[in-house]
Amino acid sequence: MILFWGLAIVLIGSAVWVVAAKKPVHSVVGLLLHFAALAILYLSLSAEFLAVVQIIVYSGAILVLFLFVIALLSSGVAPFSMGPNRMPKAAVPAAILALIALGLLVYGVSRGVPAHPVPIAAAAPAGPVGAPGVFGSVADFGRALFTTNLLPFEITAFILMVAVVGVVLLAGEAVPYVPSRKRARRAEREMREAALRGGERQ
Amino acid sequence: MNPWLIVLIKSAVLLLVVITSFAYAMLAERKVMGWMQMRPGPNRVGPWGLLQPAVDAVKLIMKEDLTPNTADPLIYRLAPFISLVTAFSVYAVIPFSEPAPGNLWAIGNVNAGILFVLALTSIGVYGISLGGWASGSKYPLLGSVRATAQMISYELSMSMSLIGVLILAGTTSLAGIVDAQHRLWFVIPQFVGFAVYLITAVAETNRAPFDLVEADAELVGGFNTEYSGLRFGLFFIAEYINMLTVSCIATLLFLGGWSPVAGLSIIPGVAWFVAKVALFMFVYVWLRSTFPRIRYDRLMAFGWKVLLPIAMLNLVVTAIVVAFTG
Repeated sequence: MILFWGLAIVLIGSAVWVVAAKKPVHSVVGLLLHFAALAILYLSLSAEFLAVVQIIVYSGAILVLFLFVIALLSSGVAPFSMGPNRMPKAAVPAAILALIALGLLVYGVSRGVPAHPVPIAAAAPAGPVGAPGVFGSVADFGRALFTTNLLPFEITAFILMVAVVGVVLLAGEAVPYVPSRKRARRAEREMREAALRGGERQ
Repeated sequence: MNPWLIVLIKSAVLLLVVITSFAYAMLAERKVMGWMQMRPGPNRVGPWGLLQPAVDAVKLIMKEDLTPNTADPLIYRLAPFISLVTAFSVYAVIPFSEPAPGNLWAIGNVNAGILFVLALTSIGVYGISLGGWASGSKYPLLGSVRATAQMISYELSMSMSLIGVLILAGTTSLAGIVDAQHRLWFVIPQFVGFAVYLITAVAETNRAPFDLVEADAELVGGFNTEYSGLRFGLFFIAEYINMLTVSCIATLLFLGGWSPVAGLSIIPGVAWFVAKVALFMFVYVWLRSTFPRIRYDRLMAFGWKVLLPIAMLNLVVTAIVVAFTG
Protein backbone atom coordinates (compact mmCIF):
# COMPACT_ATOMS: atom_id res chain seq x y z
CA MET A 1 0.00 0.00 0.00
CA ILE A 2 2.84 2.37 0.91
CA LEU A 3 4.53 1.32 -2.33
CA PHE A 4 1.40 2.06 -4.32
CA TRP A 5 0.88 5.54 -2.90
CA GLY A 6 4.58 6.37 -3.17
CA LEU A 7 4.58 5.31 -6.81
CA ALA A 8 1.35 7.16 -7.47
CA ILE A 9 2.89 10.38 -6.19
CA VAL A 10 6.02 9.86 -8.30
CA LEU A 11 3.93 9.01 -11.36
CA ILE A 12 1.72 12.05 -11.13
CA GLY A 13 4.59 14.33 -10.16
CA SER A 14 6.73 13.24 -13.09
CA ALA A 15 3.76 13.49 -15.46
CA VAL A 16 3.20 17.09 -14.35
CA TRP A 17 6.92 17.74 -14.81
CA VAL A 18 6.77 16.41 -18.38
CA VAL A 19 4.04 18.91 -19.26
CA ALA A 20 5.35 21.82 -17.23
CA ALA A 21 9.08 21.64 -18.01
CA LYS A 22 10.34 24.56 -20.09
CA LYS A 23 13.08 22.65 -21.89
CA PRO A 24 12.07 19.62 -23.96
CA VAL A 25 15.01 17.61 -22.61
CA HIS A 26 13.71 18.10 -19.07
CA SER A 27 10.41 16.67 -20.27
CA VAL A 28 12.28 13.64 -21.56
CA VAL A 29 13.91 13.12 -18.16
CA GLY A 30 10.52 13.45 -16.49
CA LEU A 31 9.06 10.90 -18.87
CA LEU A 32 11.97 8.56 -18.15
CA LEU A 33 11.22 8.78 -14.44
CA HIS A 34 7.55 8.20 -15.20
CA PHE A 35 8.26 5.04 -17.20
CA ALA A 36 10.55 3.70 -14.49
CA ALA A 37 7.89 4.22 -11.81
CA LEU A 38 5.29 2.61 -14.07
CA ALA A 39 7.53 -0.43 -14.48
CA ILE A 40 7.81 -0.77 -10.70
CA LEU A 41 4.03 -0.52 -10.47
CA TYR A 42 3.70 -3.38 -12.97
CA LEU A 43 6.20 -5.39 -10.91
CA SER A 44 4.13 -4.86 -7.78
CA LEU A 45 1.21 -6.34 -9.75
CA SER A 46 3.45 -9.36 -10.50
CA ALA A 47 3.51 -8.54 -14.22
CA GLU A 48 7.24 -9.13 -14.53
CA PHE A 49 7.45 -9.41 -18.29
CA LEU A 50 5.30 -6.36 -18.89
CA ALA A 51 7.51 -4.33 -16.55
CA VAL A 52 10.72 -5.30 -18.30
CA VAL A 53 9.27 -4.82 -21.77
CA GLN A 54 7.91 -1.44 -20.72
CA ILE A 55 11.49 -0.36 -19.93
CA ILE A 56 13.01 -1.91 -23.05
CA VAL A 57 10.45 -0.56 -25.51
CA TYR A 58 9.46 2.79 -24.07
CA SER A 59 12.52 3.94 -22.15
CA GLY A 60 15.09 2.10 -24.23
CA ALA A 61 13.84 2.73 -27.73
CA ILE A 62 11.06 5.27 -28.10
CA LEU A 63 12.26 7.82 -25.57
CA VAL A 64 15.83 7.65 -26.87
CA LEU A 65 14.45 8.57 -30.29
CA PHE A 66 12.60 11.51 -28.72
CA LEU A 67 15.86 12.68 -27.21
CA PHE A 68 17.66 12.17 -30.49
CA VAL A 69 15.08 14.19 -32.40
CA ILE A 70 15.11 16.96 -29.80
CA ALA A 71 18.90 17.19 -29.90
CA LEU A 72 18.82 17.31 -33.69
CA LEU A 73 15.89 19.72 -33.92
CA SER A 74 17.75 22.42 -32.06
CA SER A 75 20.37 22.34 -34.80
CA GLY A 76 17.76 22.78 -37.55
CA VAL A 77 18.55 20.02 -40.02
CA ALA A 78 16.64 19.83 -43.27
CA PRO A 79 14.30 16.86 -43.62
CA PHE A 80 15.85 13.94 -45.41
CA SER A 81 15.10 13.07 -49.00
CA MET A 82 14.46 9.53 -50.10
CA GLY A 83 16.99 7.85 -52.35
CA PRO A 84 16.00 6.41 -55.69
CA ASN A 85 13.20 3.92 -55.27
CA ARG A 86 14.78 0.46 -55.29
CA MET A 87 11.68 -1.14 -53.84
CA PRO A 88 10.45 -2.97 -56.97
CA LYS A 89 13.68 -4.99 -57.03
CA ALA A 90 13.26 -6.11 -53.45
CA ALA A 91 9.52 -6.65 -53.78
CA VAL A 92 9.61 -10.20 -55.12
CA PRO A 93 12.02 -11.69 -52.53
CA ALA A 94 10.23 -9.75 -49.78
CA ALA A 95 6.86 -11.08 -50.91
CA ILE A 96 8.19 -14.64 -51.00
CA LEU A 97 9.66 -14.30 -47.49
CA ALA A 98 6.43 -12.79 -46.20
CA LEU A 99 4.43 -15.65 -47.71
CA ILE A 100 6.78 -18.20 -46.10
CA ALA A 101 6.38 -16.47 -42.74
CA LEU A 102 2.61 -16.44 -43.18
CA GLY A 103 2.67 -20.13 -44.08
CA LEU A 104 4.66 -20.94 -40.95
CA LEU A 105 2.24 -18.91 -38.87
CA VAL A 106 -0.81 -20.65 -40.33
CA TYR A 107 0.91 -24.02 -39.90
CA GLY A 108 1.72 -23.24 -36.28
CA VAL A 109 -1.81 -22.09 -35.51
CA SER A 110 -3.49 -24.98 -37.33
CA ARG A 111 -1.26 -27.58 -35.66
CA GLY A 112 -2.68 -26.30 -32.44
CA VAL A 113 -0.75 -25.19 -29.40
CA PRO A 114 -0.45 -27.47 -26.38
CA ALA A 115 -3.45 -26.47 -24.36
CA HIS A 116 -2.18 -24.76 -21.27
CA PRO A 117 -4.94 -22.35 -20.49
CA VAL A 118 -4.02 -20.03 -17.67
CA PRO A 119 -6.64 -20.57 -15.01
CA ILE A 120 -8.30 -17.36 -13.98
CA ALA A 121 -7.61 -18.22 -10.37
CA ALA A 122 -3.91 -17.85 -11.07
CA ALA A 123 -4.47 -14.16 -11.63
CA ALA A 124 -3.86 -13.68 -7.94
CA PRO A 125 -0.11 -14.09 -7.45
CA ALA A 126 0.31 -17.56 -6.04
CA GLY A 127 4.08 -17.70 -5.93
CA PRO A 128 7.19 -15.58 -6.34
CA VAL A 129 6.94 -13.01 -9.10
CA GLY A 130 7.84 -14.41 -12.50
CA ALA A 131 7.76 -18.10 -11.62
CA PRO A 132 6.34 -20.17 -14.51
CA GLY A 133 2.62 -20.70 -14.21
CA VAL A 134 2.22 -17.54 -12.17
CA PHE A 135 0.27 -14.77 -13.82
CA GLY A 136 2.53 -12.34 -15.64
CA SER A 137 5.53 -14.61 -16.16
CA VAL A 138 7.32 -14.59 -19.52
CA ALA A 139 5.95 -17.99 -20.58
CA ASP A 140 2.33 -17.20 -19.76
CA PHE A 141 2.54 -13.77 -21.31
CA GLY A 142 3.91 -15.21 -24.54
CA ARG A 143 1.30 -17.95 -24.63
CA ALA A 144 -1.53 -15.47 -24.15
CA LEU A 145 -0.09 -13.15 -26.78
CA PHE A 146 0.43 -15.79 -29.46
CA THR A 147 -2.67 -17.93 -28.97
CA THR A 148 -5.70 -16.19 -27.52
CA ASN A 149 -4.74 -12.74 -28.72
CA LEU A 150 -2.88 -13.61 -31.91
CA LEU A 151 -5.18 -11.73 -34.24
CA PRO A 152 -5.16 -8.42 -32.33
CA PHE A 153 -1.37 -8.77 -32.00
CA GLU A 154 -0.85 -9.24 -35.73
CA ILE A 155 -3.26 -6.44 -36.57
CA THR A 156 -1.40 -4.08 -34.24
CA ALA A 157 1.86 -4.99 -35.94
CA PHE A 158 0.26 -4.31 -39.33
CA ILE A 159 -1.09 -0.92 -38.22
CA LEU A 160 2.34 0.09 -36.91
CA MET A 161 3.87 -0.93 -40.23
CA VAL A 162 1.33 1.21 -42.08
CA ALA A 163 2.28 4.12 -39.83
CA VAL A 164 5.98 3.64 -40.61
CA VAL A 165 5.37 3.54 -44.35
CA GLY A 166 3.12 6.59 -44.05
CA VAL A 167 5.79 8.58 -42.22
CA VAL A 168 8.40 7.76 -44.85
CA LEU A 169 6.01 8.79 -47.62
CA LEU A 170 5.01 12.03 -45.90
CA ALA A 171 8.45 13.14 -44.76
CA GLY A 172 10.62 12.16 -47.70
CA GLU A 173 10.66 13.47 -51.24
CA ALA A 174 9.88 10.69 -53.66
CA VAL A 175 12.26 9.98 -56.50
CA PRO A 176 10.96 7.99 -59.48
CA TYR A 177 12.05 4.40 -59.88
CA VAL A 178 15.29 4.05 -61.85
CA PRO A 179 16.06 0.58 -63.14
CA SER A 180 19.78 0.62 -63.97
CA ARG A 181 22.54 1.14 -61.45
CA LYS A 182 24.21 3.79 -63.56
CA ARG A 183 21.07 5.88 -63.76
CA ALA A 184 20.46 5.35 -60.08
CA ARG A 185 23.85 6.81 -59.32
CA ARG A 186 23.23 9.76 -61.62
CA ALA A 187 19.87 10.45 -60.05
CA GLU A 188 21.47 10.33 -56.63
CA ARG A 189 24.15 12.82 -57.68
CA GLU A 190 21.62 15.18 -59.20
CA MET A 191 19.57 14.98 -56.05
CA ARG A 192 22.57 15.79 -53.90
CA GLU A 193 23.50 18.75 -56.11
CA ALA A 194 19.92 19.98 -55.97
CA ALA A 195 20.02 19.74 -52.18
CA LEU A 196 23.31 21.70 -52.12
CA ARG A 197 21.87 24.43 -54.35
CA GLY A 198 18.84 24.58 -52.10
CA GLY A 199 21.19 25.03 -49.15
CA GLU A 200 22.94 27.97 -50.84
CA ARG A 201 19.69 29.77 -51.42
CA GLN A 202 18.80 29.75 -47.75
CA MET B 1 18.26 -13.79 9.04
CA ASN B 2 16.14 -11.01 7.61
CA PRO B 3 16.11 -11.46 3.81
CA TRP B 4 16.45 -7.70 3.29
CA LEU B 5 19.61 -7.69 5.38
CA ILE B 6 21.08 -10.52 3.32
CA VAL B 7 20.36 -8.63 0.11
CA LEU B 8 21.95 -5.52 1.59
CA ILE B 9 25.12 -7.37 2.62
CA LYS B 10 25.35 -9.12 -0.73
CA SER B 11 24.96 -5.82 -2.56
CA ALA B 12 27.68 -4.17 -0.49
CA VAL B 13 30.10 -7.04 -1.09
CA LEU B 14 29.30 -7.13 -4.78
CA LEU B 15 29.77 -3.37 -5.08
CA LEU B 16 33.26 -3.71 -3.61
CA VAL B 17 34.10 -6.65 -5.86
CA VAL B 18 32.89 -4.85 -8.99
CA ILE B 19 34.74 -1.63 -8.12
CA THR B 20 37.95 -3.55 -7.46
CA SER B 21 37.61 -5.49 -10.69
CA PHE B 22 37.09 -2.20 -12.50
CA ALA B 23 40.28 -0.77 -11.01
CA TYR B 24 42.35 -3.79 -11.93
CA ALA B 25 40.72 -4.24 -15.32
CA MET B 26 41.93 -0.73 -16.09
CA LEU B 27 45.43 -1.46 -14.85
CA ALA B 28 45.49 -4.74 -16.78
CA GLU B 29 44.41 -2.91 -19.90
CA ARG B 30 47.23 -0.41 -19.61
CA LYS B 31 49.75 -3.15 -18.88
CA VAL B 32 48.65 -5.41 -21.74
CA MET B 33 48.46 -2.52 -24.17
CA GLY B 34 51.92 -1.52 -23.04
CA TRP B 35 53.31 -4.96 -23.83
CA MET B 36 51.55 -5.05 -27.18
CA GLN B 37 53.22 -1.74 -28.03
CA MET B 38 56.66 -2.80 -26.72
CA ARG B 39 56.68 -0.61 -23.60
CA PRO B 40 56.39 -1.52 -19.91
CA GLY B 41 53.11 0.20 -19.03
CA PRO B 42 52.54 1.73 -15.57
CA ASN B 43 55.30 0.47 -13.26
CA ARG B 44 56.13 3.31 -10.86
CA VAL B 45 53.52 3.10 -8.08
CA GLY B 46 53.91 0.05 -5.88
CA PRO B 47 55.46 -3.22 -6.98
CA TRP B 48 54.82 -3.84 -10.69
CA GLY B 49 52.53 -0.79 -10.77
CA LEU B 50 49.91 -2.54 -8.70
CA LEU B 51 48.96 0.55 -6.67
CA GLN B 52 48.37 2.68 -9.75
CA PRO B 53 44.51 2.49 -9.54
CA ALA B 54 44.56 3.86 -5.97
CA VAL B 55 46.68 6.83 -7.04
CA ASP B 56 44.44 7.46 -10.04
CA ALA B 57 41.39 7.46 -7.80
CA VAL B 58 42.95 10.00 -5.44
CA LYS B 59 43.87 12.19 -8.39
CA LEU B 60 40.32 12.15 -9.77
CA ILE B 61 38.77 12.89 -6.39
CA MET B 62 41.12 15.79 -5.66
CA LYS B 63 40.46 17.51 -8.98
CA GLU B 64 38.11 20.46 -9.15
CA ASP B 65 34.57 19.69 -10.25
CA LEU B 66 33.76 22.25 -12.94
CA THR B 67 30.36 23.09 -14.37
CA PRO B 68 30.42 25.19 -17.55
CA ASN B 69 28.36 28.39 -17.59
CA THR B 70 26.39 27.22 -20.59
CA ALA B 71 25.56 23.86 -19.02
CA ASP B 72 22.15 22.79 -17.84
CA PRO B 73 23.09 22.32 -14.18
CA LEU B 74 20.48 19.76 -13.14
CA ILE B 75 20.95 17.34 -16.02
CA TYR B 76 24.70 17.95 -16.17
CA ARG B 77 24.98 16.69 -12.59
CA LEU B 78 22.43 13.90 -13.04
CA ALA B 79 23.90 12.29 -16.17
CA PRO B 80 26.97 10.54 -14.70
CA PHE B 81 24.80 8.97 -12.04
CA ILE B 82 22.36 7.57 -14.62
CA SER B 83 25.31 5.91 -16.32
CA LEU B 84 26.80 4.54 -13.13
CA VAL B 85 23.60 3.37 -11.42
CA THR B 86 22.35 1.46 -14.45
CA ALA B 87 25.80 -0.07 -14.91
CA PHE B 88 25.85 -1.31 -11.32
CA SER B 89 22.20 -2.43 -11.13
CA VAL B 90 22.75 -5.10 -13.76
CA TYR B 91 24.78 -7.10 -11.24
CA ALA B 92 21.63 -7.66 -9.17
CA VAL B 93 20.64 -10.52 -11.47
CA ILE B 94 23.96 -11.98 -12.65
CA PRO B 95 24.68 -15.41 -11.15
CA PHE B 96 28.38 -16.10 -10.59
CA SER B 97 28.24 -19.81 -9.88
CA GLU B 98 25.90 -22.75 -9.61
CA PRO B 99 22.97 -21.83 -7.33
CA ALA B 100 23.10 -24.11 -4.29
CA PRO B 101 20.52 -24.42 -1.55
CA GLY B 102 21.07 -21.55 0.84
CA ASN B 103 23.54 -19.86 -1.48
CA LEU B 104 22.20 -18.37 -4.67
CA TRP B 105 25.54 -16.93 -5.86
CA ALA B 106 23.51 -13.93 -7.02
CA ILE B 107 21.50 -11.19 -5.37
CA GLY B 108 18.30 -12.18 -7.08
CA ASN B 109 17.32 -15.07 -9.33
CA VAL B 110 15.05 -13.16 -11.67
CA ASN B 111 13.05 -15.18 -14.13
CA ALA B 112 13.29 -12.58 -16.87
CA GLY B 113 17.02 -12.15 -16.06
CA ILE B 114 18.40 -11.50 -19.53
CA LEU B 115 15.54 -9.14 -20.35
CA PHE B 116 16.26 -7.22 -17.15
CA VAL B 117 19.89 -6.83 -18.22
CA LEU B 118 18.87 -5.60 -21.68
CA ALA B 119 16.40 -3.15 -20.16
CA LEU B 120 19.02 -1.64 -17.88
CA THR B 121 21.70 -1.38 -20.54
CA SER B 122 19.18 0.38 -22.77
CA ILE B 123 18.68 3.00 -20.06
CA GLY B 124 22.45 3.42 -19.79
CA VAL B 125 22.38 5.34 -23.10
CA TYR B 126 20.72 8.27 -21.34
CA GLY B 127 23.76 8.96 -19.20
CA ILE B 128 25.89 9.61 -22.27
CA SER B 129 23.32 11.38 -24.42
CA LEU B 130 22.02 13.62 -21.64
CA GLY B 131 25.55 14.33 -20.39
CA GLY B 132 26.65 15.46 -23.83
CA TRP B 133 23.57 17.61 -24.36
CA ALA B 134 23.69 19.21 -20.93
CA SER B 135 27.33 20.29 -21.32
CA GLY B 136 26.12 23.12 -23.54
CA SER B 137 29.04 22.93 -25.94
CA LYS B 138 29.34 21.62 -29.45
CA TYR B 139 31.79 18.71 -29.26
CA PRO B 140 30.00 16.97 -26.41
CA LEU B 141 26.69 17.44 -28.26
CA LEU B 142 28.11 15.85 -31.40
CA GLY B 143 29.58 13.04 -29.33
CA SER B 144 26.32 12.35 -27.59
CA VAL B 145 24.26 12.42 -30.80
CA ARG B 146 26.68 9.91 -32.27
CA ALA B 147 26.48 7.81 -29.13
CA THR B 148 22.71 7.72 -29.22
CA ALA B 149 22.55 6.77 -32.88
CA GLN B 150 25.26 4.15 -32.50
CA MET B 151 23.81 2.58 -29.38
CA ILE B 152 20.24 2.34 -30.71
CA SER B 153 21.50 0.81 -33.94
CA TYR B 154 23.69 -1.81 -32.33
CA GLU B 155 21.31 -2.59 -29.48
CA LEU B 156 18.86 -3.97 -32.02
CA SER B 157 21.36 -6.42 -33.53
CA MET B 158 22.55 -7.32 -30.04
CA SER B 159 19.06 -8.29 -28.85
CA MET B 160 18.46 -10.17 -32.09
CA SER B 161 21.67 -12.15 -31.64
CA LEU B 162 20.64 -13.14 -28.12
CA ILE B 163 17.16 -14.40 -29.07
CA GLY B 164 18.71 -17.42 -30.80
CA VAL B 165 20.20 -18.47 -27.45
CA LEU B 166 16.87 -17.89 -25.70
CA ILE B 167 15.09 -20.12 -28.23
CA LEU B 168 17.61 -22.92 -27.70
CA ALA B 169 17.51 -22.61 -23.92
CA GLY B 170 13.76 -22.16 -23.71
CA THR B 171 14.07 -19.79 -20.76
CA THR B 172 14.98 -16.18 -20.03
CA SER B 173 16.49 -16.92 -16.63
CA LEU B 174 20.29 -16.55 -16.66
CA ALA B 175 20.84 -19.55 -14.38
CA GLY B 176 18.44 -21.56 -16.56
CA ILE B 177 20.37 -20.64 -19.71
CA VAL B 178 23.62 -21.88 -18.14
CA ASP B 179 21.90 -25.12 -17.09
CA ALA B 180 20.71 -25.63 -20.65
CA GLN B 181 24.36 -25.66 -21.79
CA HIS B 182 25.50 -28.59 -19.65
CA ARG B 183 26.03 -30.74 -22.74
CA LEU B 184 27.05 -28.21 -25.37
CA TRP B 185 28.04 -24.59 -24.99
CA PHE B 186 25.82 -22.37 -27.09
CA VAL B 187 28.87 -20.85 -28.76
CA ILE B 188 28.89 -23.88 -31.09
CA PRO B 189 25.28 -24.02 -32.38
CA GLN B 190 25.00 -20.24 -32.15
CA PHE B 191 28.39 -19.26 -33.57
CA VAL B 192 26.76 -16.67 -35.84
CA GLY B 193 24.90 -15.17 -32.90
CA PHE B 194 28.12 -15.21 -30.88
CA ALA B 195 30.06 -13.34 -33.56
CA VAL B 196 27.31 -10.74 -33.90
CA TYR B 197 27.08 -10.38 -30.12
CA LEU B 198 30.82 -9.91 -29.76
CA ILE B 199 30.89 -7.12 -32.37
CA THR B 200 27.78 -5.38 -31.07
CA ALA B 201 29.04 -5.63 -27.50
CA VAL B 202 32.17 -3.67 -28.41
CA ALA B 203 30.05 -1.07 -30.20
CA GLU B 204 27.51 -0.92 -27.41
CA THR B 205 30.15 -0.13 -24.81
CA ASN B 206 31.70 2.49 -27.14
CA ARG B 207 35.11 0.89 -27.14
CA ALA B 208 37.73 0.98 -29.89
CA PRO B 209 37.40 0.40 -32.84
CA PHE B 210 33.84 1.69 -32.35
CA ASP B 211 34.72 4.58 -29.99
CA LEU B 212 33.32 7.23 -32.32
CA VAL B 213 31.64 8.71 -29.27
CA GLU B 214 34.90 9.97 -27.85
CA ALA B 215 36.93 10.14 -31.06
CA ASP B 216 39.69 12.36 -29.67
CA ALA B 217 41.00 13.34 -33.08
CA GLU B 218 37.73 14.95 -34.18
CA LEU B 219 35.67 15.58 -31.05
CA VAL B 220 38.31 16.51 -28.40
CA GLY B 221 36.94 14.06 -25.83
CA GLY B 222 33.43 13.45 -27.08
CA PHE B 223 30.49 13.53 -24.72
CA ASN B 224 32.67 13.92 -21.62
CA THR B 225 34.79 16.84 -22.82
CA GLU B 226 33.40 19.28 -20.24
CA TYR B 227 33.41 16.86 -17.32
CA SER B 228 36.22 16.93 -14.82
CA GLY B 229 37.21 15.36 -11.54
CA LEU B 230 34.93 12.81 -9.97
CA ARG B 231 32.08 13.27 -12.44
CA PHE B 232 34.40 12.33 -15.29
CA GLY B 233 35.52 9.43 -13.11
CA LEU B 234 31.93 8.20 -12.78
CA PHE B 235 31.55 8.00 -16.58
CA PHE B 236 34.89 6.25 -16.75
CA ILE B 237 33.88 3.67 -14.13
CA ALA B 238 30.54 3.12 -15.88
CA GLU B 239 32.30 2.39 -19.17
CA TYR B 240 34.52 -0.28 -17.65
CA ILE B 241 31.66 -1.79 -15.66
CA ASN B 242 29.64 -2.04 -18.84
CA MET B 243 32.57 -3.87 -20.42
CA LEU B 244 32.56 -6.29 -17.51
CA THR B 245 28.79 -6.69 -17.83
CA VAL B 246 28.78 -7.59 -21.50
CA SER B 247 31.67 -10.00 -20.82
CA CYS B 248 29.59 -11.61 -18.06
CA ILE B 249 26.60 -11.93 -20.40
CA ALA B 250 28.74 -13.44 -23.14
CA THR B 251 30.14 -15.93 -20.62
CA LEU B 252 26.71 -16.89 -19.31
CA LEU B 253 24.97 -17.13 -22.67
CA PHE B 254 27.61 -18.57 -24.93
CA LEU B 255 30.46 -20.06 -22.89
CA GLY B 256 28.50 -22.07 -20.36
CA GLY B 257 28.94 -19.66 -17.44
CA TRP B 258 30.53 -21.44 -14.49
CA SER B 259 30.70 -24.89 -16.12
CA PRO B 260 34.26 -26.21 -16.12
CA VAL B 261 36.42 -26.89 -19.16
CA ALA B 262 37.57 -30.49 -19.76
CA GLY B 263 35.83 -31.82 -16.66
CA LEU B 264 38.10 -29.94 -14.27
CA SER B 265 35.39 -29.60 -11.63
CA ILE B 266 37.98 -29.42 -8.82
CA ILE B 267 38.35 -25.74 -9.64
CA PRO B 268 35.24 -23.97 -8.28
CA GLY B 269 32.66 -22.51 -10.65
CA VAL B 270 33.40 -18.93 -9.65
CA ALA B 271 36.99 -19.29 -10.80
CA TRP B 272 35.85 -20.57 -14.19
CA PHE B 273 33.41 -17.71 -14.46
CA VAL B 274 36.08 -15.13 -13.64
CA ALA B 275 38.52 -16.75 -16.05
CA LYS B 276 36.02 -16.63 -18.91
CA VAL B 277 35.13 -13.01 -18.19
CA ALA B 278 38.84 -12.16 -18.10
CA LEU B 279 39.21 -13.76 -21.52
CA PHE B 280 36.61 -11.41 -22.97
CA MET B 281 38.23 -8.42 -21.27
CA PHE B 282 41.51 -9.42 -22.90
CA VAL B 283 39.79 -9.54 -26.30
CA TYR B 284 38.62 -5.96 -25.69
CA VAL B 285 42.17 -4.76 -25.07
CA TRP B 286 43.45 -6.78 -27.98
CA LEU B 287 40.90 -5.19 -30.34
CA ARG B 288 41.72 -1.74 -29.03
CA SER B 289 45.42 -2.02 -29.68
CA THR B 290 44.96 -3.74 -33.06
CA PHE B 291 42.29 -1.90 -35.02
CA PRO B 292 42.05 1.73 -36.09
CA ARG B 293 38.79 3.57 -35.46
CA ILE B 294 36.26 2.99 -38.25
CA ARG B 295 34.56 5.80 -40.11
CA TYR B 296 31.16 6.92 -38.85
CA ASP B 297 29.09 6.23 -41.98
CA ARG B 298 30.73 2.80 -42.29
CA LEU B 299 29.81 2.10 -38.69
CA MET B 300 26.16 2.84 -39.35
CA ALA B 301 26.09 0.96 -42.66
CA PHE B 302 27.78 -2.03 -41.02
CA GLY B 303 25.29 -2.09 -38.16
CA TRP B 304 22.13 -1.80 -40.23
CA LYS B 305 23.05 -3.47 -43.51
CA VAL B 306 25.33 -6.27 -42.36
CA LEU B 307 24.89 -7.16 -38.69
CA LEU B 308 21.11 -6.77 -38.46
CA PRO B 309 20.28 -8.98 -41.48
CA ILE B 310 22.77 -11.62 -40.28
CA ALA B 311 21.28 -11.58 -36.79
CA MET B 312 17.74 -11.81 -38.21
CA LEU B 313 18.67 -14.68 -40.50
CA ASN B 314 20.30 -16.47 -37.56
CA LEU B 315 17.12 -15.97 -35.54
CA VAL B 316 14.83 -17.29 -38.29
CA VAL B 317 17.02 -20.32 -39.02
CA THR B 318 17.32 -21.16 -35.31
CA ALA B 319 13.56 -20.84 -34.86
CA ILE B 320 12.81 -23.09 -37.83
CA VAL B 321 15.35 -25.72 -36.74
CA VAL B 322 14.05 -25.75 -33.17
CA ALA B 323 10.41 -25.80 -34.34
CA PHE B 324 10.93 -28.88 -36.52
CA THR B 325 13.41 -30.83 -34.40
CA GLY B 326 13.03 -29.69 -30.82
